[in-house]
Amino acid sequence: MSAELFSVFYQFADVFAFLILSAAGLAIVFGMMGVINMAHGEFIMCGAYVTVGLVNLGVPLPIAQILAALTAGIIGMIVELLIVRRFYKRPLDSLLATWGLSLIVTQSMLLIIGSAVRGIGTPEGSFAIGGYTFSTYRLVLFVCAVAVLGGLYIIFMKTRFGVIARATMQNAAMAKALGARTGRIYSISFGIGTALAGLCGALYAPTMTLIPTMGATFVVESFVTVVIGGANVLLGTAPAAVFLAMIRMALNASYGQIIGQIGMLFAVILIIRVLPEGLSSVLVRRGR
Amino acid sequence: MLKLLDGPQTLGRGKIFWSCFLAVLAGALIYPLFADSYDVGNFAYFLIWIFMALGLCLMWGYGGMLSFGQTFFFGIAGYGYGVLAINMGGGTATIAALVLSVVIAMIAAGILGYFMIWGGISGIFFGIVTLSATLVLAFFLGQTAGPEWHIGPARLNGFNGMKGMDPLTVGDFDIEGSALYYLMIALIVIVYVALRMLVNSSVGNVIVATRENPQRAEMLGYDVRKYQLLTFVIGSGLAGLSGALYTSWGQFITPSSIGLPAAAMPIVWVAFSGRNDLTATLVGSFLLLFGFQTITVYSQQAALVLMGVLLLATVMLAPQGFVLGIGKLVVDWWTRRGRRDEAPALADASRLQSDET
Repeated sequence: MSAELFSVFYQFADVFAFLILSAAGLAIVFGMMGVINMAHGEFIMCGAYVTVGLVNLGVPLPIAQILAALTAGIIGMIVELLIVRRFYKRPLDSLLATWGLSLIVTQSMLLIIGSAVRGIGTPEGSFAIGGYTFSTYRLVLFVCAVAVLGGLYIIFMKTRFGVIARATMQNAAMAKALGARTGRIYSISFGIGTALAGLCGALYAPTMTLIPTMGATFVVESFVTVVIGGANVLLGTAPAAVFLAMIRMALNASYGQIIGQIGMLFAVILIIRVLPEGLSSVLVRRGR
Repeated sequence: MLKLLDGPQTLGRGKIFWSCFLAVLAGALIYPLFADSYDVGNFAYFLIWIFMALGLCLMWGYGGMLSFGQTFFFGIAGYGYGVLAINMGGGTATIAALVLSVVIAMIAAGILGYFMIWGGISGIFFGIVTLSATLVLAFFLGQTAGPEWHIGPARLNGFNGMKGMDPLTVGDFDIEGSALYYLMIALIVIVYVALRMLVNSSVGNVIVATRENPQRAEMLGYDVRKYQLLTFVIGSGLAGLSGALYTSWGQFITPSSIGLPAAAMPIVWVAFSGRNDLTATLVGSFLLLFGFQTITVYSQQAALVLMGVLLLATVMLAPQGFVLGIGKLVVDWWTRRGRRDEAPALADASRLQSDET
């Protein structure tokens, strides 16, 4: 019995980790600046490629993953400086600009690197409970997802940067008037967002085939999680991921991956009809 | 009725504009007499996408609804045409398949639009939901390779693409080559003129008012959601028309005509051209499609990189769109030149007046 229970938890954890890791970076940028970074998938791809490249050079996997996340973060800050910065007052245009960037990056990668790169295998290791065996790495991913949520909580709730960042999220003009360097806050949070995207790619790199268009695998999940979560990242993303993961897990288990994804989309469209501002709007109202 | 052609919502009015329009049309009509049939067929091929661009221009430029998912409807109608044409048999039934598949795309748009518009989502979310629907459809069609995925005798075939449907046919006559080309030209003129009349009518004015300020339009007594849904359904129906024509042209469609790079294309055309004007969209999309076609011969990837660069450059340098911007410069220059001729006369008149007092 406990084996079945654990199996259900394991499947839930798998989908939950995927949703949280792919959406966290997007959610921060969206929550801070109201900008959806359409090149999010490309930062994920960047994280994955850097990880695989470093591992092939002989760097141990965990260190390669951290370096990959940092690389994505730094590239993200450069992109913010060169492109995104000009569009804070025109969020729809920033969407188009980042989409243009996404097209450029994906297709250039296809031109330069070609379609496939030699991957690295999933780290070995599995454990058995009852009659089932489970892959350890999937649990590592779940732990990482929880750690990301915990880390974000600490950054935004316990640090001085977090206080200023939340003030910027609520009212950027007011925060600026009170002396917060909103420009720098934006730059750093965009960096955190893309670093998290890079981390997602780095963590999933051992489990999937590397192709330049791999970002698209994550795009739907990350977008719908953010849309369902709503503008308040700290309150919205995690509950949204829990909710979607349950729907998806149930459908995956009984009907397979495709129905799982289609069902999730239907759920999202239905939820939007009822809660246009996302889950966080309800939670915020309850909290007051 | 004809007054609607020259209304406030469209640029390009008066005798000069319409003379140019007729000249271009005449050029288009006699083109097949001079070119070889292969080129004419290619031309017809890229005219297919003009409808999707015009539809997006209506939704985005006039209605303020940026849909990233135009290829969703393109795909539904494209696959719809294939399935229907195979199931209903070839011949004249293909015309019915074309019409029906566009209707199916419009019904799909009605359902998706109902949930989004009545759910009150707008701006960024509108794009995200339509894009997600598009990607899920592409993903779904991509895994339909097995023989169990079929509708009647029509196999969906996954990434290998669906094939085996008849081209558009009337009786025993295949509409191909220059016949297809003339059909395209006729459809484009009809759609362009009809859209011009729509946006200049009172309905069009409400659509633009909703774009400018939904609350204000609502206060004036219009149920803006109905107008938005109407815009969405028409725009998506046009994307569907493109899709059905695409499948009938090549007798072939794959999920890659729905996925991410394909979904970016209509946005690039319309953004580059200038989303606020139908004529600018028509001209700009035509130029871009022509250019894209030329470059794709050398490298598909390079062409897509260039599209990305164009989108980025448009948003950063000319948010209104390049074609519209250049068009406005020309018009400004023209009117300023006109005024300069009048200016001395005006000066004389005012001197006369001051003398009298």
